[in-house]
Amino acid sequence: MTALILRRLLQAIPVLFIVVTLTFLLVRSAPGNPFSTEKKIPVEIMEQLEKRYDLHGTMGHQYLQYMTKVTHGNLGISTQYRNRTVNEIIAQTLPVSMTLGSMAYFLALLFGITCGGWAAIRHNQAGDRVLMLIALLGISIPTFVSAPVMVMIFALKLNILPTYGWGSPDQIILPAICLSIPFAATIARLTRGSLLEVLKLDFVRTARAKGLSEDAVLFRHALKVAILPIIGYSGPAAAGILTGSIVIETLFGIPGIGPFFVNSALNFDPFMTSGVVLVYSSFLILFNLLADILYFIVDRRVKLE
Amino acid sequence: MKTLDLFFRVVKQDWLLIVCALFLIIVVMLALVGIRYTGYTYDQISDASLLPPSRTHWFGTDVNGHDLLTRTLYGAQISLFVAATGTIVSLSVGVTYGMISGYVGGRVDNLMMRVVEIIYSLPTLVLVIVLVTSLDGPVASLLKGAGLTQFPPRLVLIVIFLGLTEWLTMARIIRGQVLVLKEQAFVQASFALGQSHLRILWQHLFPNLLGIIVVYLTLTIPAIMLDESFMSFLGVGVPAPLASWGTLVSDAASLINPIRLYWWMLIFPGGFMTLTLLALNFLGDGLRDALDPRVRK
Repeated sequence: MTALILRRLLQAIPVLFIVVTLTFLLVRSAPGNPFSTEKKIPVEIMEQLEKRYDLHGTMGHQYLQYMTKVTHGNLGISTQYRNRTVNEIIAQTLPVSMTLGSMAYFLALLFGITCGGWAAIRHNQAGDRVLMLIALLGISIPTFVSAPVMVMIFALKLNILPTYGWGSPDQIILPAICLSIPFAATIARLTRGSLLEVLKLDFVRTARAKGLSEDAVLFRHALKVAILPIIGYSGPAAAGILTGSIVIETLFGIPGIGPFFVNSALNFDPFMTSGVVLVYSSFLILFNLLADILYFIVDRRVKLE
Repeated sequence: MKTLDLFFRVVKQDWLLIVCALFLIIVVMLALVGIRYTGYTYDQISDASLLPPSRTHWFGTDVNGHDLLTRTLYGAQISLFVAATGTIVSLSVGVTYGMISGYVGGRVDNLMMRVVEIIYSLPTLVLVIVLVTSLDGPVASLLKGAGLTQFPPRLVLIVIFLGLTEWLTMARIIRGQVLVLKEQAFVQASFALGQSHLRILWQHLFPNLLGIIVVYLTLTIPAIMLDESFMSFLGVGVPAPLASWGTLVSDAASLINPIRLYWWMLIFPGGFMTLTLLALNFLGDGLRDALDPRVRK
């Protein structure tokens, strides 16, 4: 177990290194100007700017300068959002994205497992069929379609939720629901499929035979085993929520990390882009590791049964 | 041909699958042929800005007075093109990678699967955005040099890189299948008879993988379509004169305001896209349940 964690953490270092190197070199070699996309900047000012941002000299020199800073935990100064360091921007926006993301993840788990379980015990009945069709629709409808539709209905027509902004609790409801829909749908399908498999197993028959109530069989015994594929799905789900939140943050005007990333990539800001890519990648690698550890723990208990 | 037969046999079993297949054929036909008979071209600007659906404009018009029906069908062309070509890229990479990994086995297999695992744990779509935005310029000059100005550089980049991100599942599944297949008597026999590895892979293993390839093909198309429109929505997808479904929905979303609802701008392209994705996913699911030996019980 410790060996697994250590190996994965050690493996993460070269991966992150490659990802950051690739991003920085790509953005720097793009033929765009990180300081301005429209007006031409005079040569002298450009030189001064490049000096200030450590973007002068050869590519190798710039890269070394940047990597030295990164290894010291300094992600540089944004060229797009002048006078703000990347660390500062990330420190301000990451908690917002994390709040939105974890809220969506929680909703996806709650609705997904409930609906999946509900469908499984009604296997092949009308309710099951309808729910699974809705789940497939939930997977198919892109967030950037469902979100504006929900805004039109709940915010503009019915006027019960705000359309825009961040800060008060009611402003998180709509974005979190929109973000969670495809993942709730996937989790519902996974739960149903895996619960159907588990309910056929011998230990469930034993549990029933010893006179346990159907609820106890389902929640105490079957669901505990059936949860495994959902833990397995948590890595891809986190990746999906991460990219999905870029769209949701843009649509709802939420000051998360997503819009900053898209803007800096479009404007060739090498520090901001590489910084966000580093944060995103480390987060996902860590999340995947945690999911694997959880899987390992739960799976072991299953084997002991 | 056996695969096609199987395909039709599976589809025929369920009327919903027939509906899905028919719907997809209709969408493709509309996008390729129907678009000529709308009475407008996709880049035709008029003063009739933001009109609701009427008899002259079935789907209404957008800000620039474009006929939205023509735009939606044009968006379908682009979205379907990206999805189809991207899928071919992902298919060739995934199948080759999976077959080699499974066939060679041992340490090579271990290493190759570790690489897949690592890519799985990275935010690939985020990396694609970085790749597409920064390689846009260089590829433009490259295409110009080769005299291929008719291809917008971003479109080429999106097809290639989305194809290169969606091959992981395919590779894993193919590898698993090859691991099983290569132990079977007919493969062992050809090996004993001295057939070359390439011939075994191509003549004996590949035909046996066709069923599963078709299944994951139908599931890769919607995945790439969704990725492409996601990028187009954010403004890092297909470039301006072109328009995919993602671009159209993005245009609609930017017009949302509390005073007037331009619902047609959102409902028609968004609805078309959702239904197409739904049909593809439904078809892929149905085929997987029927053909994937790992799901079949």
